[in-house]
Amino acid sequence: MTLERYLLPPDGADWRSLEAYRQTGGYEAARRALHSLTSEAVIEEVKASGLRGRGGAGFGTGQKWSFMPKPGGPKPTFIACNGDESEPGTFKDRQILERNPHLLVEGLIITGHAIGARAAYVYLRGEYVTAFQTLSRAVEEARAAGLLGSRHGGVERDFDVHVMRGAGAYICGEETGMIESAEGKKGQPRKRPPFPAVYGLWGCPTTVNNVETISQVPAIIRRGAAWFKTIGTPTSTGNTLYGISGHVNRPGVYELPLGTTLREIIEVHAGGVRNGHRLKAVIPGGVSMPVLSAEQVDVRMDHDSLKQAGTLLGTGGIVVMDETACMVRAAIVIARFFRHETCGQCTQCREGTAWLYKLLRRIEGGQGSAADLVTIEQIGGYMEGQTICALSDAAAWAATGFLRRFRPEFEAHVSGGRCPLPESFEP
Amino acid sequence: MSDHRAGPTLTLSDAVKQAILAEVPKYPEPRSALLMALHFIQAELGHVPISVQREVAALLGLRPIEVREVVTFYPMYHEHPVGKRNIQVCVNIACALAGARGVVRGLEQRLGIRAGERTADGAYSIQEVQCLGSCGTAVCVQVNNQPFIENVRPDGLDDLLRTVG
Repeated sequence: MTLERYLLPPDGADWRSLEAYRQTGGYEAARRALHSLTSEAVIEEVKASGLRGRGGAGFGTGQKWSFMPKPGGPKPTFIACNGDESEPGTFKDRQILERNPHLLVEGLIITGHAIGARAAYVYLRGEYVTAFQTLSRAVEEARAAGLLGSRHGGVERDFDVHVMRGAGAYICGEETGMIESAEGKKGQPRKRPPFPAVYGLWGCPTTVNNVETISQVPAIIRRGAAWFKTIGTPTSTGNTLYGISGHVNRPGVYELPLGTTLREIIEVHAGGVRNGHRLKAVIPGGVSMPVLSAEQVDVRMDHDSLKQAGTLLGTGGIVVMDETACMVRAAIVIARFFRHETCGQCTQCREGTAWLYKLLRRIEGGQGSAADLVTIEQIGGYMEGQTICALSDAAAWAATGFLRRFRPEFEAHVSGGRCPLPESFEP
Repeated sequence: MSDHRAGPTLTLSDAVKQAILAEVPKYPEPRSALLMALHFIQAELGHVPISVQREVAALLGLRPIEVREVVTFYPMYHEHPVGKRNIQVCVNIACALAGARGVVRGLEQRLGIRAGERTADGAYSIQEVQCLGSCGTAVCVQVNNQPFIENVRPDGLDDLLRTVG
């Protein structure tokens, strides 16, 4: 089927203003949802569409909404919209925020109707100053037009959107870390249960959805679940925003159906590996996800296919490395990141991330031993499934993923006493 | 940007106080305005000194430690002064692949300081930071929380320093 884009405007088009967005049919889906669809009908439509979260975990969006209590309960309910986008290799939500902010606002209105939310809080990472300005302006425009605020859109309900800023901590992209942060605290994740649908923002029932996830909703309401399911694969439906970076000729964000092959994204859309070099390694979905080798490039970029390939779709942030890149150095950069970003409350993560970094540095410097490679695996084992949140698992997967996929290169560092690729990028 | 090296007597300005108070009604609890409050303060003063942390605690009905633990948890807040132009270079994977190390080294040579330091006159500091979310336009640099400077290369640093002034 022909490719149809519904998340990002065509190149050169400016959809940032309310007027421009309306000219594309914007806010029709919100009007229809508010005036002709019950909350249950919206949830059923989104469930039927097969939409899965675009923030990394891929949980069913309609199913998540159905965990929320029925409207009219003792506590107000909220949407916490995750725009923290700090998974390295991921820069897709920024495209929506900076280029199509009203799409997100419309998605929030429909989501708010579905779960009976009093308000949505959009948590943007603090570094996204342009996105903050663009989205704030869109929210103000929508409020001035009566689409937000009291009796919004002409219904007997109030719903508003507030935009807030984080301050540089990766852990605040974790859903309960974000909730803590939005409450004005350190972003240390909470133990679950209770889950946010029971005890979220300020102790109230809360649905946490990623920016791109919410931005998928207007198209589903406008075109229907059946249409949505014609895009992608049976278990990974719709378009998604793949971000591709690293050693390619045309890095950027590409809106494509889920299930597009990695090869097509690299070779057709991103223009192939730079300078005619050979492909060596690809991280498929942000650095938390285990790396793939060049031989696996025909894998489809959807949840099931990547799971079969031993990794996960994550955020769809693709990082491409050519044959010049040292895999130990790549692992160092990522281990350094997790060491910096661990929130420190779980011992396995706090200590494990530090030791993984130290061991990798030692190996890269030529002072590593064969025993160090075993220790990396051991530490990784201690870090998985042992902690409050998944940062520890991600740090372990990244390090052991590089080691398992490129073991001979690690062993060459140890046996040769130096990096066999001295011309590689520097960590 | 105002001088942030004025000494220990820094206080919340009326403008920042008003901005913070305008933020409070957006949330069911005043404490939720804390992160935004700290951004307002840092935009004016360049950092968030202890004296001002106490003031913002009183304003939001918090204990001073509840402010300080937030200031010190989040990498974007500086408890102590940084350079008047705080140059942050992303060194995460996409930027590393695009030569971020060379960018850091070039800045260090030009400014005569190491990453993590500030020049003696307080004009510049360099920081290595984690992914800024600009991987398709690596290397990404951000100065004082202004819009990103993208596609930075070691041979473009003279231009970059001219731009940041």
